[in-house]
Amino acid sequence: MVAEQGTRRRLHFDFVGAVLWLVRILAILAVVIGAFVSLTSGRLSAAAWLNFVVIGIGQGAIYALIALGYTMVYGVLGFINFAHGEVFMSGAMVGAFAANSLAQAGMWNSNPILSILIVLLIAMTTSTLVALLLERVAYRRLRNAPRLIPLITSIGASFFIQYAFLGLFGAQTRTYPALSILDGFIRVAGINIRYADIMVIGSAVVMMVVLYTFVERTKAGRALRAVAEDKEIAALMGVNVNRTIVLTFAVGGAMAGAAALLFGVVFRTVFFFSGFLFGIKAFTAAVLGGIGNIVGAMLGGLTLGIFESVGPSLVLTGLGIPSAHQLKDVVAFLALVLVLIFKPTGLLGERLSEERA
Amino acid sequence: MAQTTKTPTAARPGDLAPMRQNFVDLVKAAKWGVVGGATATFVSAIGMVPDFDGRTLIDPFLTLGYLVLFLVPFAFGYMAARPPLTLEGQEPVRVGPRNVLAGAIAGMVTGLVLIVPTLVAVNFNLRSVFVNLSPAMADTLTLGQSLGVGLLLLIVGCLVAGAMGAGVNVVPARWRVPVMTGLLWVLTVGLLEDLATQLLRGLNLDALVGVFFAPGGGLKPLGAIIVFVLVFSLQLVFQRRPPRLKARYQALDQSERRRWTIILIAATAVIVYLIPVVLGGFMSEILDLVGIYLLMALGLNIVIGFAGLLDLGYVAFFAVGAYMTAVLTSSGSPALSPELTFWAALPFVVLAAALSGVLVGTPVLRMRGDYLAIVTLGFGEIARILFLSDWFDPVFGGAQGITQIPSPSIGPLEINTPPQFFYPIIVLVFVAAYISWALANSRIGRAWNAIREDEPIAEALGVNIVTAKLSAFVVGAALASFAGALFASKIGAVFPNSFSIVVSIIVLVIIIVGGMGNLAGVAVGALVIQGLPQLLREFDEYRFLLYGGLLIFMMLAKPEGIIPSRRRVAELHQEEMGQDAWLTAEPESELDEARTTPATAKD
Amino acid sequence: MKIKRGLKLLTLVAVLSLFIAACGDGGADSTTTTGADGDTTAPAGDTTTTAGDTATTGEGEDPGTTAPSGEGDLGSVTIGAGEPVIIASIQTISGATASLGQDQVDAIEIAIADRGGELLGHPIELQSEDGLCSADGGSTAAEAIVANPQVVGILGTSCSGAGVPASQIMSEAGLVMISGSNTSPSLTALPYLSDEPLEAQENWNEGYFRTAHNDEFQGAGAATFAAVDLGAATAVTIHDGDPYTEGLTTQFGEFFTAGGGEVVLATAVNKGDTDMRPILQEIEALAPDVLFMPIFQPEADFIVQQFGEFPGLADTQLMGADGLLSDTFVVLPETEGMVFSGPAQASGSAYEEFVAKYEEAVGSPPIQAFHAHSYDAANMLLDAIEGVAQEDGDSLVIDRAALRQYLYDVEGFEGLTGTLACNDFGDCANPAIGIFRNDDPSAGIIGVLANVVGTATLADQVDPEKLN
Repeated sequence: MVAEQGTRRRLHFDFVGAVLWLVRILAILAVVIGAFVSLTSGRLSAAAWLNFVVIGIGQGAIYALIALGYTMVYGVLGFINFAHGEVFMSGAMVGAFAANSLAQAGMWNSNPILSILIVLLIAMTTSTLVALLLERVAYRRLRNAPRLIPLITSIGASFFIQYAFLGLFGAQTRTYPALSILDGFIRVAGINIRYADIMVIGSAVVMMVVLYTFVERTKAGRALRAVAEDKEIAALMGVNVNRTIVLTFAVGGAMAGAAALLFGVVFRTVFFFSGFLFGIKAFTAAVLGGIGNIVGAMLGGLTLGIFESVGPSLVLTGLGIPSAHQLKDVVAFLALVLVLIFKPTGLLGERLSEERA
Repeated sequence: MAQTTKTPTAARPGDLAPMRQNFVDLVKAAKWGVVGGATATFVSAIGMVPDFDGRTLIDPFLTLGYLVLFLVPFAFGYMAARPPLTLEGQEPVRVGPRNVLAGAIAGMVTGLVLIVPTLVAVNFNLRSVFVNLSPAMADTLTLGQSLGVGLLLLIVGCLVAGAMGAGVNVVPARWRVPVMTGLLWVLTVGLLEDLATQLLRGLNLDALVGVFFAPGGGLKPLGAIIVFVLVFSLQLVFQRRPPRLKARYQALDQSERRRWTIILIAATAVIVYLIPVVLGGFMSEILDLVGIYLLMALGLNIVIGFAGLLDLGYVAFFAVGAYMTAVLTSSGSPALSPELTFWAALPFVVLAAALSGVLVGTPVLRMRGDYLAIVTLGFGEIARILFLSDWFDPVFGGAQGITQIPSPSIGPLEINTPPQFFYPIIVLVFVAAYISWALANSRIGRAWNAIREDEPIAEALGVNIVTAKLSAFVVGAALASFAGALFASKIGAVFPNSFSIVVSIIVLVIIIVGGMGNLAGVAVGALVIQGLPQLLREFDEYRFLLYGGLLIFMMLAKPEGIIPSRRRVAELHQEEMGQDAWLTAEPESELDEARTTPATAKD
Repeated sequence: MKIKRGLKLLTLVAVLSLFIAACGDGGADSTTTTGADGDTTAPAGDTTTTAGDTATTGEGEDPGTTAPSGEGDLGSVTIGAGEPVIIASIQTISGATASLGQDQVDAIEIAIADRGGELLGHPIELQSEDGLCSADGGSTAAEAIVANPQVVGILGTSCSGAGVPASQIMSEAGLVMISGSNTSPSLTALPYLSDEPLEAQENWNEGYFRTAHNDEFQGAGAATFAAVDLGAATAVTIHDGDPYTEGLTTQFGEFFTAGGGEVVLATAVNKGDTDMRPILQEIEALAPDVLFMPIFQPEADFIVQQFGEFPGLADTQLMGADGLLSDTFVVLPETEGMVFSGPAQASGSAYEEFVAKYEEAVGSPPIQAFHAHSYDAANMLLDAIEGVAQEDGDSLVIDRAALRQYLYDVEGFEGLTGTLACNDFGDCANPAIGIFRNDDPSAGIIGVLANVVGTATLADQVDPEKLN
């Protein structure tokens, strides 16, 4: 009887395993064929292909910053904070108002560094406040509930904030004034890298380093890791769990606020719905890199950005699919699925709390 | 949280501690007031207050706008005046005029805070930023009077509302529920005036419409009083002796029970038949949509509620069902136009859905809960984008969609209008409910329970994870495809933007708010979430705002849903029930289920 | 087990009841036999049918409200003394595209306010429904309106997708609907710009009108301007997945190719995309003469802002359509030199007056481009009601068939968007397409609309019979 079950189980295992192998092979085939066709067709120059990568890194850096917030909350509290995209959006919108006021006062282009810093402060404060409000009102009482519950709450909070902003500020888009110092680019290896991209990538790297140091080397960071590991034991060890959780949200919110400013200054148009898709993509990035892993969030963000940017042109057009850029999101999500099939815990595995696996 | 009450200690252990002072912190009440003021400002700045002013609830003095506005100090007055919890072994705290005072203070502070947005709206033009801080809003806030008088009236109004909110705490418990229920019913009837009017007309009680409702809309004061008195008395009566219908049913013997069952079934059939007749065209339309979403909710209930697979991309199966129906039946289908009839196409539709269920299920078999969520979300989006894409334009019509989908027909009879559509929809709902129920109590249902509770252990016990998970997806997909097929033939056209992630979220909200795992709960959920917004169309602009708020509120207050299943309640309130059991030290059969040691507490 | 069998029995009974129901009952629902070809065989009985449904005139019992007599066979609406003239609107007022519908509703309200809020001594009431820019939203909104037998006409929908089911439902109920922004050719007829006879398209229904262009005109106008005035040989088109934009790019492509040009790439972006640089990179490699992007904000914002980073695109002319003729777009400095196609003559003093009224009522200038069309639609409907209504003592009687006929006969209607005339298929729009260039972003939308660089008076190419 046992042997019979054993063989049957093995057969089923083979079915699933076989299908997954099939998927892997198909994916690799598709990518290789598409890429080969695209690269040999001479449609785009080598500089252009490189530019795709640079573009992807620029976009990916913003994903990475937002992903950091997701990954931290997930690592510490164990649930997906759907409303984090809205935390980003709130910073971006309020930053837009601030930037436009500064522009009207004539400061925006005459004192760019100062203006950026002011708006950065405002955006980060707004995002942090929204994140803290979320934590206080919606999540605090649900700390010990089964994971589905705070997830649902966060979906509710996401909609609430979106439509609150719609009601308060209206449906029209808000545009950041152009920043002249960001015009222009440097030339590297035959491609133009914009100052704006450099700023974004640079800031993202700086912030990641700061965050990493914070989590790994400071006392508060240690407390964070402890709470991520086991809330109750951490409390027994004298960690103020409540304060640590609040801190997690605050830091995540601040990161999102910074991402909001960078997005605003580079992409310049925001409206109440801007956070939704970004939130989903950023969470995808976090999972891609390994949820709970800070370096993973960064890597996931960059990877996702590059896939999105390069994928349609490289693979899809090569395979003869029309309007390939329409399928950008398909590429992003398929990339997620494939990575998770190849490596179920994400690119770098999970970190903040190993127990979760 | 420091309650500055002095807790006198008992003289000897076991004695009842003496009654505590009713210490009402007036400063704290003021703080509640500030929060209340911020909330009221928010509600006004969003534009709810002036927008809702159009709907009269009780003619001539209460409009929805003012109700919403004054509900804020009412709620915060209630919160400010709440007495401390009664602990085991102590006498309840006596409430008195101080509580009412606290409520009044909270209300007054709320009113004072509201001065700020009013003045801002009148004196400055911030409308390029805050689009709703308009003179119109200020006008509503000042109750249509001049600035000074209006503000004074506003503050007084808030004060009174706060005091009334506090009064809820003061009213003796016996009267409290009937009063609140009565008021709630009055407001509901006023709000759902269209439904009530329609119901009365449908039942040929047209004369009553004039008694209750005023010509310009809203309840007449007399009507309001009648409703209140009616509900109040009913509540009073039933509070004493709640009818134990279910127990009495169980207590009957075989032949009696069979007779009652048949009567019940016949009555239900007649009622179901009469519903669209009585309710008319528009309400039937609403019920049709509710029914379609209910079908989907039943399907998602199986995937999430039974098998524990958090599928956030459920709309993909819905889309597959709708598009397959469109492709197979419509004359406008670009690639192949077999132009089958609805019923002939249905098996292919279900087959396609089942295939897509397997397609979605296989990659996610080994994935953990949260990863599963985001991946299925991705699949949902992928489905929508593929249906929209230029790539599949030759088959699915791309952005232009597929139109001219014919209505189904039974023999020579076409099903065209909303009342007619009600019948196939309700039939399929019953079928789906039956499938749900049968599966829940079957072997596969037990396998699903096992997987949901603890997957590794289930596997160790010999449950075939692969089959169980895939069958959950397949059944869920099949039910969604039913809904999709009905949707496509009812609307007559499919466009990609009908299949966005919002649909998945709404279905999720339905089963969560209604009560997961419980068929009656899901039905109530569908009615509330999908039906109410159609009835209360003022709320259209704020629909998702209210969904969001409702979700948050439900999760904080009653996460198991409006009509929960016992299992869910046990799962979610495990700790409390465990403590209760320990305290009372009396094993009751229900609590035995729930009592588990903390170490194996579900995460 | 009892319950199991019980459910089985219940299902059986329900199925039986289905048959019984379908056999028809004298009561509230009758089986209306309208096929998909849109011919309105909605007998007088249809109006009495809906009498059993909600009637929100509120006065308790109103037996005389929907007297089925009248000249036409669609019934009529009787508006008693002091009762309002009810018109309805189906616009998208929520969600990401909320701005599209919101300013149309505002425009309708201004049209009502212009008449002092009343028509022939009766107050005008607007029943505003949300179309949700989706087929199910349009369907539900239409059902809600149709359930009220006092509604005289509908202004909507915002999105062509919502218009498809709404048009059918309202037509079967004998109503009229005028849209200020539907442009899909499938809702009316084709072709105008060739010698072949006009044929009703698949989603045409009687009683449907629109003051917005049939996409065929705008596609042709834009393509002609590109090929002839700009001398373009190659073009790239971008749509955003919306039926309107996709239809427009298809029409542009057809006419551009017919004129000898080549569409080197027809591609698309998604609503919600922010990074347009990959697609711009692809386009740069093709270096087209014209980039036709009849899309909306904010995707268009991103494209124009990122456009400048690609030196290979320096000679490419950007072309937009009326989705972008809004103040929030043309004030962007990057849109300088961009060309837009849209209805000719949406300018002049009448328009400026309208904008002033709009600003006063709403607090900011109109955001999207179809407010003027909506204003014209509202006025057209109100004029028609005024023209058709017959006074019966203190009451008004409005015959539905007469109302439809009046609208079909509309000629020489002076609106903000031009002189309008309705043909047999409901196309009322002025077939003159204007091409505008943004030479000075700081002048805003008024400046752009005043700067006409081309006019495609396609009326010359169209058989006048077809236009009336």
